[in-house]
Amino acid sequence: MKEFAASVVKEFRHIFRDKRTILIAMVMPVVQIILFGFAVSTEVNDARIAFCGDLSDSEVRKTVDRIDRNRYLRIVGRLDKPSDIEEMFRTNKADAAVCFANDYGKDLISSGKAGIRIICDGSDPNTAQMIASYLKGVISSEQSDIGIMISGERKVSMTPVVQLMYNPAMKSSYNFVPGVMGLILMLICSMMTAVSIVREKETGTLELLLVSPVKPLWIIISKMIPYLLLSAVNFASILLLSHFVMEVPVNGSLFLLSAAALVFVVTSLALGLLISVISSSQRTALLICGMGLTMPTMIFSGIIFPCESMPEILQWFSDIIPAKWFIIIVKKVMIQGDGMVSVLKELSILAGMAILLLTVSIKSFRTRLQ
Amino acid sequence: MTMNAIEINGIAKSYGNVRALEGISLTVREGEIFGLIGPDGAGKTTLFRIMTTLMLPDSGSGSVCGLDIVKDFAGLRRIIGYMPGKFSLYQDLSVKENLDYFATLFGTTVRENYENIREIYSQIEPFANRRAGKLSGGMKQKLALCCALVHRPSVLFLDEPTTGVDAVSRKDFWNMLSRIKASGVTVFVSTPYMDEAAQCDRLALIRDGAVIGTGTPGEIVSRFPFRLLTVNGSRMYPLLKELRKAEGVISCFAFGDSHHVAYDPAVTGKDRILEALADAGFKDCAAAETSPSVEDCFMWLSGRKGN
Repeated sequence: MKEFAASVVKEFRHIFRDKRTILIAMVMPVVQIILFGFAVSTEVNDARIAFCGDLSDSEVRKTVDRIDRNRYLRIVGRLDKPSDIEEMFRTNKADAAVCFANDYGKDLISSGKAGIRIICDGSDPNTAQMIASYLKGVISSEQSDIGIMISGERKVSMTPVVQLMYNPAMKSSYNFVPGVMGLILMLICSMMTAVSIVREKETGTLELLLVSPVKPLWIIISKMIPYLLLSAVNFASILLLSHFVMEVPVNGSLFLLSAAALVFVVTSLALGLLISVISSSQRTALLICGMGLTMPTMIFSGIIFPCESMPEILQWFSDIIPAKWFIIIVKKVMIQGDGMVSVLKELSILAGMAILLLTVSIKSFRTRLQ
Repeated sequence: MTMNAIEINGIAKSYGNVRALEGISLTVREGEIFGLIGPDGAGKTTLFRIMTTLMLPDSGSGSVCGLDIVKDFAGLRRIIGYMPGKFSLYQDLSVKENLDYFATLFGTTVRENYENIREIYSQIEPFANRRAGKLSGGMKQKLALCCALVHRPSVLFLDEPTTGVDAVSRKDFWNMLSRIKASGVTVFVSTPYMDEAAQCDRLALIRDGAVIGTGTPGEIVSRFPFRLLTVNGSRMYPLLKELRKAEGVISCFAFGDSHHVAYDPAVTGKDRILEALADAGFKDCAAAETSPSVEDCFMWLSGRKGN
């Protein structure tokens, strides 16, 4: 047991004496959360709208006012003719433009049909789409008000009211906090365990450990313990940051969330060990972790692309990525506030992976050199 | 009668198509310094790894202190000390931390076995808190030796301990080894330096994965069947070629700043060789009889194997 404790202490010394390790283990999670939180935001705030129309027309004025009052939109100026729009986009003075037809107000009242055109900057399709839908929303509410005003009574109309449950403000942080959590825990556990074991292979110290009477299993476990603790610290710091800085709530049981994280961490540690067995240099280990773990986790975790819209074959592939299941659990427990029952399937898949990987990796860890 | 500390029989090992070891057999007696002498790539490190249970041989068997190197690997790992060829301690841990760690791994403490390593450790103790990576080559080697000795092993395996170490430290190191031997530890050491062979009690010369000669340094040298001349001249390379053509010359090798010429005394002699050289235009040559060294024997034995 003393041998084991000494090995754990030794491993901690390796971690704390290497600035790069500390940087990856302690600073990166914080930076990633903040980066995803503020820089990589898919929300549209304060979109600049230019318009083109006759301001003496009271209907035009009303619509423009309404746009300006919307908290996501802001009127930045009036254009004399529609052909100026391109200039506005080129000089980056507006994100979208609204054009009112001549005799907008008159047509509206007389025939009930008035022309209005929304022009968006398609070079950024996601933002353009978002702004267009905001504008449509504003115009349609204006339209129903006018309808009431003209006929004096409520016409039969269906106005869908969209409500986003669990995330009413459509904050992207609700999506990336679970994703980053999965990514970081996987990175810390798999990559750092793999690298730390392969480093001992490279420097030849593994030879000395193997000729000592200490059982290889203990050597492995003593290497895993420090990273387990590190990931616990990271788990806590991500939760605190996302709660207090990103204002993402923890709606479900914190205990269930931590338990799921523990299962996921064990899976990742086992993966790291497996990688260390098959790679002979630190560079190989890093490459396998980067290409084999980080990339798929990024792609299949839903941080960037939704899994559901992928070709079926890729969806099957995403099923074998542990991070995917963990991220689903985090979303369910943290955001939706679900209990044990609803994550039972994901949790058992993750636990199954953990047991399988741990068995395989410990079995394949050799007590001798190849 | 003394027991054999190491007995290995017909050990062979291949890496893919490369035959690293072809049927090595050796016996090492208890309490002696046994040297494994051979050039780089001869298979020394592979043999060390097999004897220290780090690798399995393809065929053959062996035992260290009566324990089988394959079956009893767990027991064996308690009683051997191993110092790999490359400096293999934790560079980011201090001298003391390294030593403490290895002591703990072997279920002991530095204090318990301080006497065992005192002589070597006292030389690096002033730097106890320095990181191992910041030590000089000689001090690193001493630290590695301490770490290999801290659990009082019965057999100490040292793989090329003096490679890359300066001449003074090398001499120091061999003095340390004889004191370790005096404390009752069997030492199995490899080196590519032939001049260190004389420091061993017994030797095995290894080349291309095969043992080409064993015995005490005296025995090996006495088996040299020819007489030996050192020859000096102004144009050394043409001289070497000319010497190889001379009648009765068995072999000729560049040896430092002179040539070592092995000749058959029944056919030729020093004067006849000098005469032959003078006839060929090498008039300013000097020659002297010399006694063969282990290196001369190694060259002869490996040449013979090639034929």
